[in-house]
Amino acid sequence: MREELLAILEKNSRIDFKELAVLLGKTEADVLNEITKLEQDGIICGYHTLINWEKTSIEKVTGLIEVKVTPQRGKGFDEMAERIYNYPEVKAVYLLSGGYDLLVILEEKTLKEIAGFVSDKLSTMESVLSTTTHFILKKYKDHGTVLGKKHKDEREVITP
Amino acid sequence: MRNFLSDKITTIKPSGIRKFFDIVSEMKDAISLGVGEPDFDTPWHIRDEGIYALERGKTFYTSNAGLKDLRSEISNYIYRTQGIRYNPDNEILVTVGGSEAIDIGLRAVINPDDEVIIPQPSYVSYEPCTILAGGKPVIIELKAENEFRLTPAELLNAITDKTKVLILPYPNNPTGAIMEREDLEKIAKIIIEKDILVMSDEIYSALTYKNKHTSIASLAGMKEHTILINGFSKAYAMTGWRLGYACAPKEIIKQMTKIHQFAIMCAPTTSQYAAIEALKNGDEDVENMRKSYNQRRRFLMNAFKEMNLKCFEPFGAFYVFPCIKEFGMTSEEFATRLLQEEKVAIVPGTAFGDCGEGYLRISYAYSLENLKIAIGRLNKFIQKLRSR
Repeated sequence: MREELLAILEKNSRIDFKELAVLLGKTEADVLNEITKLEQDGIICGYHTLINWEKTSIEKVTGLIEVKVTPQRGKGFDEMAERIYNYPEVKAVYLLSGGYDLLVILEEKTLKEIAGFVSDKLSTMESVLSTTTHFILKKYKDHGTVLGKKHKDEREVITP
Repeated sequence: MRNFLSDKITTIKPSGIRKFFDIVSEMKDAISLGVGEPDFDTPWHIRDEGIYALERGKTFYTSNAGLKDLRSEISNYIYRTQGIRYNPDNEILVTVGGSEAIDIGLRAVINPDDEVIIPQPSYVSYEPCTILAGGKPVIIELKAENEFRLTPAELLNAITDKTKVLILPYPNNPTGAIMEREDLEKIAKIIIEKDILVMSDEIYSALTYKNKHTSIASLAGMKEHTILINGFSKAYAMTGWRLGYACAPKEIIKQMTKIHQFAIMCAPTTSQYAAIEALKNGDEDVENMRKSYNQRRRFLMNAFKEMNLKCFEPFGAFYVFPCIKEFGMTSEEFATRLLQEEKVAIVPGTAFGDCGEGYLRISYAYSLENLKIAIGRLNKFIQKLRSR
């Protein structure tokens, strides 16, 4: 049931235990146990909401920053990643294969604040060799969900 | 002026679904649970392959039997799911939906007055197609207490000297019933003994929620006695592509191909290219859709339990078939009033044969959100009826 449970929760974290149990064909107690275990094991790390900020009047700018760093002896990239992700404005840090090492996703109110973070904080770190900053202009799809488009049922109302 | 119409056609009743459709279409903001096709879009990689075929200019007829590559993939698919080997060269025919395969399959084997046994409730086309082919439909009324499975006794009872074909529509539309291996073995024994041909309509074979589907053609000695019909509509959410197929002994496929050749030429080329992709890389999509259907099925069964509505647990297709006999009205009355009073459209069981009286077909090819609203309204309606 684990995989199916996670698949449901990933799409709808607000679903209650009772309904989960029905959909999975298990008892509520089973579902509760499994979720508790998943939380304890750090498999479920949080329950978030997907928000299309563009539709609000709240200003947000998201930057994607490619960072090249010198890995440190004995620690690889982990310590650098930690130094970066400790900033609360950093939303995500990934280690990547390819042309650069770390991808940092940053959310701020203005472009200037992102620029400031890159020039004052990121670039000045000793092991950072170079950065390239991209700004997100429009989000079409996020977390598997197409934003701003309602699905319309195109089917005839009754078919055999 | 002369009456130009064919007597045979004019005596055939139009589909009971059609009548209801006309009422529903006029009603705005009605929620429908009456659809017999998946709510999912055709997976993008399959659509993309169709688009690519158009871009490459694949816009001509294919061979009558269908693209060789597609027939090979169908052959592989049947082998990996059922362990039956069909020769793509002469035992497989690609058709315009499973519906065409039903029609031409019957036409290829029926002589005047041959009897065709049709278990009901079942899909609307078997009976008219039998009549059009010049055969005589013999109806078996399936029973709720058998979970709408066909029993050996019922079959034996219906067989006469004139019996030629048994239609075996499982997983079933509208009941959601399945036939498991043990059930099929008993039927197969009779089929072989009485030397009858089975037309096994397995269009919902990918959508079962207990064991994996078993085709009767996979049982010993049955391949020679079976026209196996399947297609892409339900498994891959490809209804509008109109693509199905028949697998059968080569003598039968040869005759079916003749009718297909003169009536249709070939199935749509774009769809055939898309279908190759579906069979090659679509297993995961099918599994994900199956899981979603299963969740909705469980949701409905639980909802019926809570509202105390009698319904056997179906393990196939995407339908549930609850019993409404307690309310003392016909299926059609119930469905009409439910539509008028609560604006939920459900197909009365009688659209699938007279023995569907007292039942409703509820489709769960809808999102859970949609089902919740509709079931809420159904519950309200039922409580209202009960409180009287």
